[in-house]
Amino acid sequence: MSITALIIDDSSVMRKIVERSLRQAGLDLTKVFEAGNGAEALAVLQDNLVDLILCDINMPVMDGLEFIKQLPNVANAKGVPVVMITTEGSESHVVEALSHGARGYIRKPFTAEQVKEHVVPVLGGKS
Amino acid sequence: MKSAHELLAGSDSRETWTPLLEMATREVFELMLGCQLAVNSAAEQPAPEVTAMVGLAGMLCGVLSVRCDGKAAALMTSKMLGVDLDKVGAEVSDALGEVCNMVAGNFKNKIAGLAEGCMLSPPTVVTGSDYSLHSMAESPGLEISLLFERMPVVISLEIHS
Repeated sequence: MSITALIIDDSSVMRKIVERSLRQAGLDLTKVFEAGNGAEALAVLQDNLVDLILCDINMPVMDGLEFIKQLPNVANAKGVPVVMITTEGSESHVVEALSHGARGYIRKPFTAEQVKEHVVPVLGGKS
Repeated sequence: MKSAHELLAGSDSRETWTPLLEMATREVFELMLGCQLAVNSAAEQPAPEVTAMVGLAGMLCGVLSVRCDGKAAALMTSKMLGVDLDKVGAEVSDALGEVCNMVAGNFKNKIAGLAEGCMLSPPTVVTGSDYSLHSMAESPGLEISLLFERMPVVISLEIHS
């Protein structure tokens, strides 16, 4: 089954790397939305449905933790799995993200195999 | 909370940290760029045409920088994006900033207590070689030089109080 993903990172290079890793992991991506921070991502979700969200933590304007806190207010995002992708190794940030609904996290640097290990299980058969 | 000086004064931290910085750098290049870095046995120095810097604050205060020449930076970008070298353009600064950010994050995550007690700034990237960098660092800092596709890449950690 094909999926639509939203990739949130302030680095456009990193967004491309994440997209490529998802494809290398064998996911059939029909469409990929990109956002440079949490606020842009919330705006994308107002008008679009996605099956998966991958989100950086440290970003300007609105970081990944604030984004995930605000996500329950977006009707289009109900039940959509969020996986955090971050350089940040801080346990407290990870715990905070998971407590607000993130389904997992991937630490940079990462391999396509690691992306697959963390993303495929949360898609519930959609992959 | 221990200061950078206390951390550095502890046991053989400097001797321990240098290999960790090298390991952190090698892992980033292997996992994100798909290439192995070689030892820079001739201690070649790059023309510092692209310098990426990430600040560290908290238990360890300082600046981690990655510097290389423009050709190396463009090739890194090409490998990160999976595109031909001639397709690389303005993304070079973004790519080198991300390399620096990942090296800094990977390095601090290898030292007990730093993952939680040290924050990273967004990367800053300087392009061009006609500049001087003056550090107010209070410790000698760490520096490693490796070869990326036969081109030198220097990773430095300036440590402040």
